[in-house]
Amino acid sequence: MLAVEGLSVQFTDRFGTNMAVEDVSLSVDRGEIHGLVGESGAGKSTIGAAIMGLLPAAGQVTAGRMTLGETDLRALTPVAAHRLRGKRISMIFQDPQTSLNPLMTVEAQLIETILAHEDIGVAAARARAVSLLEEIGIANAKDRIRAYPHQFSGGMRQRVVIALALCSNPELIIADEPTTALDVAVQAQVLDLIRRLASTRGVGFILITHDIGVIAQVSDRVTVLRGGKVMEQGQTLRVLGQPEHPYTKALMAAVPPLDRKLDRFHLPRIAGEALPQAETDTARVAEDWLMAGTGSGPGPSLDLSGITVRFRGERRGLFGPRDDFVALDDVSLSVRPGTVMGLVGESGSGKSTLAKVIAALVHPAEGEMRLDGAALPPMRARRRADPSRRLVQMVFQDPYSSLNSRHRVLDVLSEPLWLYGLEPDARRRARLARAMLALVGLDASAADRYPHQFSGGQRQRIAVARALLSRPGLLLCDEPTSALDVSIQAQILNLLKDLQARFGLTTLFISHNLAVVRQMSDDIAVLKEGRLIETGPSEAFFAGPDAAYSRDLLAQTPTVRFDMRAV
Amino acid sequence: MLTRLMRNEGVWLFTRSPAAILAAIATLAIVAGAAFAPWIAPTNPYDLASFSLIDGLLPPAWEDGGSPRFLLGTDDQGRDMLSSILYGARLSLSIAAMAMAVALLLGVGLGLAAGYLGGRFDAIVMRIADVQLALPAILTALLIDGISRGILPREMHDDLRVTVITLAIALSLWVNFARTARASVFVERSKDYVSAAIMMGQHPLRIMLRHILPNIVGPLLVIATVDLASAILLEATLSFLGVGLPADSPSLGTLIRIGMQYLLSGEWWILWIPTVFLVVLVVAINLLGDFLRDLFNPGMR
Amino acid sequence: MVAFAVKRLIQSVFVMLAVAFLAFSLFAFVGDPIAQMTGVETSLEDQDRLREDLGLNDPFVVQFTRFTGDMLRGEFGYSFRTREPIGAMILSRLPATLELGTVALLISLIVGIPAGIYTALRPRGVISQSLLIGTLIGVSIPTFVIGILLIFLFGVQLGWLPTYGRGGTVEIGWWRSSLFTAQGWRSLILPAITLGLFQLTLTMRLVRAQMMEVMRTDHIRFAIARGVPWRSIRYRHALPNTMIPVITIIGLQFGGVIAFSIVTESVFQWPGMGLLFLESIRFVDIPVMSVYLVVIAFFFVVINLAVDLLYVAIDPRLRVKESF
Repeated sequence: MLAVEGLSVQFTDRFGTNMAVEDVSLSVDRGEIHGLVGESGAGKSTIGAAIMGLLPAAGQVTAGRMTLGETDLRALTPVAAHRLRGKRISMIFQDPQTSLNPLMTVEAQLIETILAHEDIGVAAARARAVSLLEEIGIANAKDRIRAYPHQFSGGMRQRVVIALALCSNPELIIADEPTTALDVAVQAQVLDLIRRLASTRGVGFILITHDIGVIAQVSDRVTVLRGGKVMEQGQTLRVLGQPEHPYTKALMAAVPPLDRKLDRFHLPRIAGEALPQAETDTARVAEDWLMAGTGSGPGPSLDLSGITVRFRGERRGLFGPRDDFVALDDVSLSVRPGTVMGLVGESGSGKSTLAKVIAALVHPAEGEMRLDGAALPPMRARRRADPSRRLVQMVFQDPYSSLNSRHRVLDVLSEPLWLYGLEPDARRRARLARAMLALVGLDASAADRYPHQFSGGQRQRIAVARALLSRPGLLLCDEPTSALDVSIQAQILNLLKDLQARFGLTTLFISHNLAVVRQMSDDIAVLKEGRLIETGPSEAFFAGPDAAYSRDLLAQTPTVRFDMRAV
Repeated sequence: MLTRLMRNEGVWLFTRSPAAILAAIATLAIVAGAAFAPWIAPTNPYDLASFSLIDGLLPPAWEDGGSPRFLLGTDDQGRDMLSSILYGARLSLSIAAMAMAVALLLGVGLGLAAGYLGGRFDAIVMRIADVQLALPAILTALLIDGISRGILPREMHDDLRVTVITLAIALSLWVNFARTARASVFVERSKDYVSAAIMMGQHPLRIMLRHILPNIVGPLLVIATVDLASAILLEATLSFLGVGLPADSPSLGTLIRIGMQYLLSGEWWILWIPTVFLVVLVVAINLLGDFLRDLFNPGMR
Repeated sequence: MVAFAVKRLIQSVFVMLAVAFLAFSLFAFVGDPIAQMTGVETSLEDQDRLREDLGLNDPFVVQFTRFTGDMLRGEFGYSFRTREPIGAMILSRLPATLELGTVALLISLIVGIPAGIYTALRPRGVISQSLLIGTLIGVSIPTFVIGILLIFLFGVQLGWLPTYGRGGTVEIGWWRSSLFTAQGWRSLILPAITLGLFQLTLTMRLVRAQMMEVMRTDHIRFAIARGVPWRSIRYRHALPNTMIPVITIIGLQFGGVIAFSIVTESVFQWPGMGLLFLESIRFVDIPVMSVYLVVIAFFFVVINLAVDLLYVAIDPRLRVKESF
């Protein structure tokens, strides 16, 4: 049905031109789900945009053929291309929060789209819209169709988006990261829906994603992309089960397995890519310094009891009660000295809030914290000079916002040394900062540059170095790898594992990804809507969790099944 | 060095934008002319001895009856127009720059603190800003002028005119800075580098000045440029309305007000030359402001 | 929604109280009203009696409360200069300014919004570029220069339109209007254009910036991807989303119209409140100044309150709260 042959797309900017997509061929049949998988910069979204005819102004198709049935997509006039959009090809965007017009009812948007492509009456269009919403799993569609987008929850909104893409009966739908913004449970439902629509309606899908688990779960065929080129292509089972290309193999090796705990990720070198070579002599300086501070014993224990956090809500009505939001409800948790506690939960479960409570960024309404038996004061009671300020450090989720872009890396790294009075001499601070960079696997010269000159993974290494430079005992890691590509994630996880083991850091490791948590943690705790569902040793949990919610969570996590894995 | 400079996006875009280059040249030329007026200007318009009524109402040098001594002609007193304009621009620009600086310090300080501290302090600052918004710039400036007339004895009021005008303009412009700074601080505050600094226990002043401030310079620079233009316009308007600077130390606005008397007569240069000069100056500054705005708002290109 | 409206109302009352306080401080601290009202020949005892009679010896809070109460009842006191009641002075000048401001605002919206939309949709076109350069020059020319230019061109050179004052007015009750005669419009048009031009350029640039931003959002990209007709994408999807922030700013711009009406009225000798205010400043007529202040702030606050409520009517996110 859709055939793309030798597609090349070129982007022009002030430094010249670069090929975003090079000689890509692929095809999609009726009812088939074709996965495009790759890390950032692989060109997956560009391929989707090229097929839609919606490349940004700087992009241009330079070679190749794209045909949908008998239609040559490259030969279309702009007017004909716009008429074809929706009618024959449609698209689903990543974020359902922003994909719908907030000022129009769902009904108006659906009817308008149907009438744009078919000459049927408004009543017929409305009837089709209602039945489509029902088919897509929105109960009581007759009434709810009149609602505005903001009245639907995230998962329901993505269903509405799918209904909009589907309402004009297109042959092909390009889904660009359709589940990335969704929680696991909702993701599973949306993926099921896509699978069902492909088989019952015969719609072809191009599923663009960075998540190999998603590909493994729903796609029939897969194209692995890297730097705009096809690395490997074929049946999903074959490509993921017996990958042939070294890049696919490396990618598969970097995917954290849900079904067992690896000591380390074994990352094969991909041709043409230099792995960071730590300068061992320089790194030794930082290592000795850390050891001298913390000794060789394990880090402190952390005990939380009855932590409750309420956020002030809006008043209901003029004099009505406030709708206070309980972010954490009576959470008690203990992290043993020198071990890693994994904290999992869906978005809104309060896991980040818990880290912020410990870091004194959020004030708990109730509850008590102890660090190595001594009281750890909550936010409003924690003085700036409190010794725990140094002992508790955090690695944040987004490496693009956690480093001040106006400060040189050296300044970023020297700050804790200066602030905590660990090193009074500026020259020695600089030397130590460079040594720490070597320890986290960066070149010491990185100190002289600014954060924007580094990739996400490198920035996260810098963030880890900053945390270590205050000689911490307790490290809070808040989704430290969820903004990173899977191969970079594996490298960062390896780094964190190594450092944690060597310096006996007590660690609270937060992630929404159960597979990642399994790789990191000794113990695990599950949060749901602010409540602690269960906690216990990690391996026992993954063997069979106690709570029903945990079982659901495990079952819904998309996995690459063991028999498909190459290792 | 040059290639490294060209890698900087701002520099690169600047070299591609003839409008921005032209505006920069015009601004620089006028600012330089104003700054060095005492050395460049043919005569000193404040010095009564340097001009005489005999030279009154001479047209510019290129017109019939013009004299090469007075390139842009003379006014009714025989003052050299070019000198008057240069000295006027000097006065206008220094008032505008001073007012802008005061507004910048006041506005950024309050906006930074309001955005960072939030809560009651933020509410108070924003309510004051609301009141200020209900009283637009010209009104505020006129009021302050009126108040100073009421409070100060007449001679003192004349002596303090430049100060009063500067303060009046500054007070009517600080809100822009405060609102922009506050909005930018809100964005920055939610970023993790600020959380990291708070968590580490850094002093709030250090977080505001060393961490946040450098990250919000972009939008503030845009506002500063646009407000410099507004300040020049405001000063000119006040002087035009007759509440600004008096005729014996004329700013550009005063020159235009004086020129208005010649609107219906043949001596067009007395009105139109200072007017064109003022407009060119403000257009140039606004063009630069536009360029900066596009630079910090890449989507708008 | 009620909570939102009430919150805005309370804020508005706060702003009004603050302005009233400012106006009162003017009254209380700037100049001595007794010295203004009495001549040199009045004895000190008489002055003191007058002071006592006027309540000028009462505590500050009492005086302020009385001042606010007087304002609320429409008792604005007397001008130092003309000895006339200020309420009547303002009322006789109000129609002129309101008509001028409204016509100017309408010109700026009727031209500015479509021009903004056009330049946003065709950012690279020749017309767009020239319009943009035009607005840049527009914001850079001081209002009084625009006025002078228009007078020079249409009044002096071409002789088509009157250059000062307000001709051809018709009285409807106490309201003297220019809107019902051709002569009235002929007098009105130059000042209105002068006043509207600056607002026009602001409106156009604002609409353009907002619209370009909206055109890049996901929901517009999604509408394009599902083949919604371009006309609908532009005017049914993008435009309403553009107007939400624009409406707020247009409300704030009303303040600009009032402020610049002072300048415009001065250039054209338009007998409105602005001219009255200028005269009162020149003669340090404090009571008139403070009443003008209160009246202007009142209009500004009322218009912005109306804009906020309009906002609620347009944006369902504020109107419809319950979710499924």
